[in-house]
Amino acid sequence: MFARRKLLVGLLFSLVACKGNQAAPTPVASESAPTVKNGEAISLTGAGATFPYPLYSKWISEYNKLNPNVKINYQSIGSGGGIRQITANTVDFGATDAPMKEDEAKQAPSKLFHIPATIGAVVIAYNLPEVTGTLKLTPEVLVGIYAGKIKTWNDPKIKADNAELKLPAKEISVVYRTDGSGTTAVFTDYLGKISPEWTEKVGVGKVVKWPTGLGAKGNEGVTGQVKTTPYTIGYIERAYASQNKLPMAELKNKAGKFVAPTIEAMSAAADAVEVPEELFVSLSNADSEAAYPITSYSYLLVYEDAKDAVKGEALAKYVWWGLHDGQKFAKDLDYAPIPAKVLTKVEGRLRELRSGDKKLLTGA
Amino acid sequence: MLDRYARRKYSDIFVRSACVAATVIALVPLVSVLYYVTSRGIGGISWDFFSELPKPVGESGGGMANALAGSFKLLFLACVFGIPPGVLAGVYLAEFGNSRFGKLVRFSADVMSGVPSITVGIFVYSLVVLRAKHFSAFAGGVALGVLMLPTVTRTTEELLKLVPESLREAALGLGLPKWRATLRVMLRTAAPGIATGVMLAVARVAGETAPLLFTAFSNPFWSSGLNEPTASLPVIIYNYAVSPYEEWHRQAWAAALVLLLLVLLLNVSARLLVRNRVGAR
Amino acid sequence: MSVSHEISPLIRPRSKILTRFGSEVNWGDFAFRRVTALLAALLIIALAAMAIAMVHGSAESLAKFGLGFVSSQIWDPARDVYGALPFIYGTIASSLLALCFAVPISLGVAIFLSELAPAWLREPVGFLVELLAAVPSVVYGLWGIFVLAPWLRTTVEPFLAQTLGFLPFFQGQQRGFGMLAGGIILAIMITPTISSVSREVLRAVPSALREGALGLGATPWEAVRVAVLPYARSGLVGATILGLGRALGETMAITMVIGNRSEISASLFAPSYTMASVIANEFSEATGSLYLSALAEVGLLLFVVTVLLNIVARLLVWRVGHLPQGGSL
Repeated sequence: MFARRKLLVGLLFSLVACKGNQAAPTPVASESAPTVKNGEAISLTGAGATFPYPLYSKWISEYNKLNPNVKINYQSIGSGGGIRQITANTVDFGATDAPMKEDEAKQAPSKLFHIPATIGAVVIAYNLPEVTGTLKLTPEVLVGIYAGKIKTWNDPKIKADNAELKLPAKEISVVYRTDGSGTTAVFTDYLGKISPEWTEKVGVGKVVKWPTGLGAKGNEGVTGQVKTTPYTIGYIERAYASQNKLPMAELKNKAGKFVAPTIEAMSAAADAVEVPEELFVSLSNADSEAAYPITSYSYLLVYEDAKDAVKGEALAKYVWWGLHDGQKFAKDLDYAPIPAKVLTKVEGRLRELRSGDKKLLTGA
Repeated sequence: MLDRYARRKYSDIFVRSACVAATVIALVPLVSVLYYVTSRGIGGISWDFFSELPKPVGESGGGMANALAGSFKLLFLACVFGIPPGVLAGVYLAEFGNSRFGKLVRFSADVMSGVPSITVGIFVYSLVVLRAKHFSAFAGGVALGVLMLPTVTRTTEELLKLVPESLREAALGLGLPKWRATLRVMLRTAAPGIATGVMLAVARVAGETAPLLFTAFSNPFWSSGLNEPTASLPVIIYNYAVSPYEEWHRQAWAAALVLLLLVLLLNVSARLLVRNRVGAR
Repeated sequence: MSVSHEISPLIRPRSKILTRFGSEVNWGDFAFRRVTALLAALLIIALAAMAIAMVHGSAESLAKFGLGFVSSQIWDPARDVYGALPFIYGTIASSLLALCFAVPISLGVAIFLSELAPAWLREPVGFLVELLAAVPSVVYGLWGIFVLAPWLRTTVEPFLAQTLGFLPFFQGQQRGFGMLAGGIILAIMITPTISSVSREVLRAVPSALREGALGLGATPWEAVRVAVLPYARSGLVGATILGLGRALGETMAITMVIGNRSEISASLFAPSYTMASVIANEFSEATGSLYLSALAEVGLLLFVVTVLLNIVARLLVWRVGHLPQGGSL
């Protein structure tokens, strides 16, 4: 009795599967960007951070236009997920906002490189209906709000830097991220740097025990809360604030200036910090006049020694392309490009990628 | 004090109105959600939606053809893994289920229906994906099938038990062996109700995201066969809905609308197929 | 179906092999029982496999925290200290709250659709109720954030605070997000399950019972109460348990509206946190074996809670009175 139904569904399925095969593009030789040899179809999978997902999906689409036989599948299951999958070898590359810790790196079967791929910022969004003009926050005030010590919007400490704004006498509704996230890691990393008390009492990481406030799920959850509930404050990635037209606070950086989270300010932070040998470093609280204090890199995780030479070469070429041609897509999507002097170091690291004894990137 | 008759009359009226009120209350959120989804999603439905692959942000004209195909594929697999074992297990429970073994099975089904879908996904991940070292539609189908299993089993059992014994006795009296009497007569009579249970299970898994994240993964391109990761509507809805871009939000709502219509379609066709063969009350 | 023209299996000699292995008179019955039993065993095997995997995964956390895990309220991944009491409370409270809303409404819907509604109304309305099950969880979550929570914050919670504010359940800051929102969304999500299965169960009750009661002068409601409901009791309980299962395991929608704060509070306005939510929220980003192990243990605890609630439900029904007709529990 269910046979007929299964038959129907089976027919639908086979129709669809056929269409799927027809839609596979035929290989086309291209002169411009580095192409993969012998035109064979190559599929790469990657998993990891949600933060760079819009940028990576743009890269994948553009790269596929130039190299139609290379299909890259990146899914944002979270930085931790990315680390776990690349360690288990179920994907070809990983992506993470927070660099891998020592014990995580030890679990990988062989050496993993961190490749800084792009730069993003965590902004403080707020909802103050009566206020026109931008809120200015100092690090002490920010920590006070999130620690629950500063409870109302018209607290004298906030008023001190915002004399021209009419701050209401309402309770501040604090929102934090409940799900584990690189955004939280970057934000708490910054709070920890400016307040040793925060490090001691609350801690730094992807999930912490917040002293006060309400938890929302994901950047979109926090954005939704800030957008719909007046007198709320929350930390989110820059793209969410700018796409939803939420006001972003100006933060006082280490050099003492109030800086808005613009692309230039993000680049200034990256320029001010030296990148070490391992190619990962924290960019928060950078010491430069124009720097925005809550900036961070986002990394790709690639094995130094690729098991499959063909796939390894395809991946190496894609990452090379992303770090050169791919950077021009960053600004429109609210990311900042990798600075030139960091790029040189990264190029050197990419040239070390190999499969067995054979180096993967020759020439280019 | 009202006399007995009046009391009975009024309590009857009261309960009947309460039932009507309950139905209205149950439908209010549905209308609200439908209105919300439709008003936000209708703008994204276009021919492109059904025929194009997803495009990155900033480029117009992207669609979800691969996610639609993927969802069909996954639901088909889920039905293959979930319905035959589920229905037959339900038959066992209804026919022979009074033993300790039967009680254990029943209990397992009830407990299993309470396992969060993400746990099932993680379980299938360690069983299938880690072994194969890659994500696949097959793994996704297994995860969804496992989710469907308890609902299908319990519904089959409960509805089979309610078929009057007189039907079975008539069949046996006419010379059918026991197994034929059960399958051809009892099961067939209970079929419309079982179809309801099956459709409820399918409707639930059609919208599940968490178990697919670690099994079927997703795919911006077409996926062929069962061994490649595949896109699916719920995963794309989730990915787009949690992104910052208005453009993607619109597509997510459109996809939600399509998903609803898809489940509706499955529901209606399953009902029609089963009713036609049995005859409704 | 074909009628056999051979000697009836009841009087012809049975195959020796068959006699040895079972009590059935023909191979068909023999195979039927064993094959279906095997598939039924699949359920036990699947569940056992999941349980074993969870125990295995939570070994580290079990060793480190022991029973303290269940009684401690501190969940602090930054310091690698874990305690699951707030989640246990949140899960049980939100599921029971959801049942409080959903069971009466679902039963009302089921009775309306199977007994009281005119024939032309039954299919369409039944269909609409089932449509509630087709809405994806994430869509419910988004609707909850943008429609339900603001409505609760501006209309319902102030009203409850004004009229019933002396009760601890209705005190505290009104944010819209919280236990009440979670309970309501869960109730909406489990209503189609409970009502559809209940409706089928009620429909399958032989009309003779109903007609007999009506013939004796019962009002329609009395006929339902006296003749139909007792017969359908087991099925209705089964429907409720299915709904409860769904409520316990629901992840996406509830995590988007419940506020996700691991604190225990009597107030319905306060934010809470469920076990399924914490797993869904933190699993993707969790790194570190103790952290993952703690999450696995939360999964194991959810499992245990589900088992316990199931046992309690069965005991309750057994206590209230078990009538023999309508199938066993």
